[in-house]
Amino acid sequence: MAKPFLSIERLTQQFPDGAGGTLTVFENATFGVEKGEFVCILGHSGCGKSTIMNILAGLAEPTSGVVKMDGFEVSGPSLDRGVVFQNYSLLPWLSALKNVTFGVAARHKDWSKTQVEEHARKYLAQVGLEGDVVNRKPSQLSGGMRQRVSIARAFANQPKLLLLDEPFGALDALTRGTIQEELIKVWSQTEQTVFMITHDIDEAILLSDRILLMTNGPMARVAESVEITIPRPRNRTEIVEHPNYYAIRNHLVQFLGQRSKELAGQPSSGDDHRPETVRIDNSEPAPEESEPAVVPTLRAVGD
Amino acid sequence: MIRSLDLRSAMLSLLILVAGLFIWHATTHVPDTGPVGVVLSADQEQALLAKNMGAEDIAYYASQGVEFPQLDQIAGLGLSREMIDMAGGIRALGISVPDENSAPAPGSLFPSPAQIGVELWATITDPFYVAGTNDMGYGIQIGYSLLRVIIGYTLAAAVAIPLGFLIGMSPLAYRALDPYIQVLKPISPLAWMPIALFTIGDSELSSIFVIFICSVWPMLTNTAFGVASVRSDWINVARTHELGSLKTAITVILPAAAPTIITGMRISIGIAWLVIVAAEMLVGGTGIGYVVWNEWNGLRLDRMIVAILLIGVMGMLLDTLFARLQRAVSYTE
Ligand SMILES: Nc1ncnc2c1ncn2[C@@H]1O[C@H](COP(=O)(O)OP(=O)(O)O)[C@@H](O)[C@H]1O
Ligand SMILES: [Mg+2]
Repeated sequence: MAKPFLSIERLTQQFPDGAGGTLTVFENATFGVEKGEFVCILGHSGCGKSTIMNILAGLAEPTSGVVKMDGFEVSGPSLDRGVVFQNYSLLPWLSALKNVTFGVAARHKDWSKTQVEEHARKYLAQVGLEGDVVNRKPSQLSGGMRQRVSIARAFANQPKLLLLDEPFGALDALTRGTIQEELIKVWSQTEQTVFMITHDIDEAILLSDRILLMTNGPMARVAESVEITIPRPRNRTEIVEHPNYYAIRNHLVQFLGQRSKELAGQPSSGDDHRPETVRIDNSEPAPEESEPAVVPTLRAVGD
Repeated sequence: MIRSLDLRSAMLSLLILVAGLFIWHATTHVPDTGPVGVVLSADQEQALLAKNMGAEDIAYYASQGVEFPQLDQIAGLGLSREMIDMAGGIRALGISVPDENSAPAPGSLFPSPAQIGVELWATITDPFYVAGTNDMGYGIQIGYSLLRVIIGYTLAAAVAIPLGFLIGMSPLAYRALDPYIQVLKPISPLAWMPIALFTIGDSELSSIFVIFICSVWPMLTNTAFGVASVRSDWINVARTHELGSLKTAITVILPAAAPTIITGMRISIGIAWLVIVAAEMLVGGTGIGYVVWNEWNGLRLDRMIVAILLIGVMGMLLDTLFARLQRAVSYTE
């Protein structure tokens, strides 16, 4: 089997626990993400999701283990790995537009000013920010608009891997819904590989091709990899009618509610901790091994 | 509402000014200086004239505050004023009269607003005259002070801001330098003066050094604090965009810390302006601080007060400049 596009190999992270000992957040975690795939990682607070993300982003060093992207070992942050932080992380002294051009100019150092601005405006428009709003400072924008700017900044740089850490965690349900749809729209146009943290089950099902489930920490494990066997394009109101939806949802709820506790805290016996692949499919006709994002043969439940 | 608040506060300010000027005027205005004249009744004047005292002499001594009983004694001497002066004055003749120099009316030495107004007008209309090394327009003198402040202050900024960046970014540098900063910061700028005069010698350079040393600390500590407290998220944004250290410092850390840095610069310029006046009083020569001292020694309190007013106005202008700058770089999260 060929190596996946993004390969996380025997990743271990330990922190001093404050009482002289060490806290092992996770141990020998091993999994992969394919090119163009949208993967969500679900788990309880404190299990180590952000820690994994920071390592993937290159903002933190693991205690041991490697992350390889396109066959090359990741070390340090890079423009190839774009990050959308939970708190948006916009620079408050720059306008929305300038926040995006900041990123674009860093990526395309040889571009002219107008080229950079045009590119930035294009991506802002894709998340519904056009006209005068782009000249406002983040403090003059709503939480939803800020996160849109942050998403536009990340997508505008066309990174090979996009990392999102609970991007909608601070938004109200309505705004969340709209931005989720915008995210799908932008993603489907770019075929970006996305790795996203969330603790919202419905959000994960709506967005991802595959959901990684983490057990509780310490000694958390990426225990399962659940395929989302619901064809795209998906729509938040119609997706619930798909026969697989509740089957998958129940499985996830059951995992987070019960099995994440039961599986927690088991030290590895030295071998890799690979997630177990779970495939739930009640729909007819017979399931196919589908490529993500392009599922012409499956009955589209959406439009 | 805002407009009416502006209007009302302006009215109130004006009222306070008028009231202040009025009190000042009332307490300092004396129609003619010198001893308060004595007013004689017609009977008394008649009695003196009857003793062959000249009407002019009576008027003169009365105006000098000599009371009737003493006037009566003078009249008894039968001498004219000229002869009395030749004899060494009436006091020499054993008659007690008020001292000419004693007890001027309260406040009569302190200039009235009108006198200040005249001086102020003279200064404003001709601020740059040069009539000798000790007699130059206040515009020129303020210019000297300002120049020293600008030189010392610019040098201080050139040292404090980069050093503050270093201290703010490196916990090692912070811990190593913090004890020195803590000890040197509270030393009064004027305590540096003797050291400066001894080691540097030149009085001009010494006052610049004192400006430097007193404006360095607020800028240094504020820059270090501002840089150290830049949110790590913003630094991470720079890192994920592969910005180098210099680029990060300029495009992320500097704007993020700018409000704190400018606050430090504003405090510093205020201190520098306070200190230059004191320093110039000590070293003398030129500058608005020297002017204050010089006018005081020459007992030209009116001119001294004009100089003091100019110091205040200049200080306000400097502060306003930095307040503008502060507003320009501020941001809300
Ligand atoms: N820098 C650190 N030092 C010590 N412990 C840490 C550090 N960062 C994270 N942790 C610990 O690691 C665990 C996982 O944290 P995190 O990855 O933020 O969880 P999640 O994002 O899943 O909520 C937590 O128990 C947290 O306390
Ligand atoms: Mg987290």
